[in-house]
Amino acid sequence: MSDQILMKGNEAVGEAAIIAGCRHYFAYPITPQNEIPAYMAKRLPEVGGTFLQAESELAAINMVFGASAAGARAMTSSSSPGISLKQEGISYIAGAELPCVIVDMMRGGPGLGNIAGSQSDYFQATRGGGNGDYRVLVIAPASVQELADMTVKAFDLADHYSIPVMILGDGFLGQMSEPFTLPEPSGKTFDKPWALTGAKGRKPNIIASMRLTPEDLLEKHNLELQKTYQEIEANEVMYESYLLDDAEYVIVAYGTSARISRSAIGELRKEGIKVGLFRPLTLWPYPYKELKAVSDRAKKVLTVEMSLGQMVEDVRLAVQNDSKVDFYGRTGGMLPVSEEIIRKVRSYGG
Amino acid sequence: MHEEIVVAGFGGQGVIMAGKLLCLAAMKEGKHVSHIPSYGAEMRGGTANCSVVISDDPIGSPVVPHPTIVVAMNGPSMRKFEPRLKKGGLLLYNSSLIDFKPERDDIEVIAVKANDIAEDEGSKMAANMAAIGRLQAAKPDLVSLDNIIDALKIAVSKRNQKHNEVNIKVLKKANSSTT
Repeated sequence: MSDQILMKGNEAVGEAAIIAGCRHYFAYPITPQNEIPAYMAKRLPEVGGTFLQAESELAAINMVFGASAAGARAMTSSSSPGISLKQEGISYIAGAELPCVIVDMMRGGPGLGNIAGSQSDYFQATRGGGNGDYRVLVIAPASVQELADMTVKAFDLADHYSIPVMILGDGFLGQMSEPFTLPEPSGKTFDKPWALTGAKGRKPNIIASMRLTPEDLLEKHNLELQKTYQEIEANEVMYESYLLDDAEYVIVAYGTSARISRSAIGELRKEGIKVGLFRPLTLWPYPYKELKAVSDRAKKVLTVEMSLGQMVEDVRLAVQNDSKVDFYGRTGGMLPVSEEIIRKVRSYGG
Repeated sequence: MHEEIVVAGFGGQGVIMAGKLLCLAAMKEGKHVSHIPSYGAEMRGGTANCSVVISDDPIGSPVVPHPTIVVAMNGPSMRKFEPRLKKGGLLLYNSSLIDFKPERDDIEVIAVKANDIAEDEGSKMAANMAAIGRLQAAKPDLVSLDNIIDALKIAVSKRNQKHNEVNIKVLKKANSSTT
């Protein structure tokens, strides 16, 4: 364990982005993710990168748009209300088929809400707050190690599919320190022949999200996007199973909720109750098939969230048997209580 | 071993750093650790606290609603966290600054004159070290004193490394003291 270091989740994201080769980061401050801009402000100049505090969230996401169009690995980060402000830019980036990484350390909402961790922006992340038939690949880590590892992976996924990738954490994950090992760079490189790098000696590249003719341009473009999305659905689903082999009861949770659920499962297993955890690591694409298979063998599926019921809609789509699906959630910056999870699962036994 | 610790005091007493020190020391022993600061709308001179979990098992929530150990460095912190302590838990309080007694009789209580010990050994700024030193003596399974001392090299910023000589003296003094 000697190579492990102790860092906040937010700082780990920053260092991992630098490891992944991100040299362009644009953001506007908001708690509980301010350690990311603070870290990038200090570290990026040391590695020849650019940290720029934008005048607004809107400006920051459009700076990402610009940097990405020029072929750079670019990132922005914010928290819930700030992510709302970025939605227009995210839709444009998706429409322009550009890669980028967006970090959302969710806090309590709606509106300005509060500054404690929350998971009430699942809909916003997975359904898109911006306009149009687009998707954002959403990864939901549950530890500082995973935040770091997934940040590196996010840049590769973004470049491979040329789409925005979101790291969806919460204020607790961002603020907590945990030992972790710095990830290695993946070593992958991506050609970006479409990049706006100056048209000397070649035809100019054009990047746009506007295609005014419906019949031959915009629908066709959308169908191309859907092909990419289908490819992602087929290849990039990530999830973790914990004690599911003999599970009669399945808890479905991601991020911080999954950590708390895992502790509750430890207690329930001591009582001989056969319960396990299904933890989606990608929220889009969602592991529908995999959860369906697990739930077919189970008597009850309990979704635990730091919201009043968002991911549970995907769980219902997966399970396809509403009577099996139960829900427990806390919101507004409150955490699910382990004892309450235990009480619920115990009650399923009669 | 599984302890859920709250270290609380006013801003500037080094409670966040004391929590980090425990984590870094426990990491050296291969234990699972987590640290999360309170981050409400805090201000200079207000109260500050952090939650630390040290465990042989992977850690679920880093947030600690009902600690097994409370280290209270000032009066407001003791008032706030004594009621939240788990039954049978340990309340270690800074009796240099807290002039009232804990109320509960279902917990273990240790009073440590943290500011006095620190001042006698060279710097009243090191009262957090006195608290941690005394805590280690009360809970030797948590983490060893040697590892706490070793972790100072990482926990303390470069700028403040020069104070580590005093930090170590205070840690040791409080560790062998029962007052």
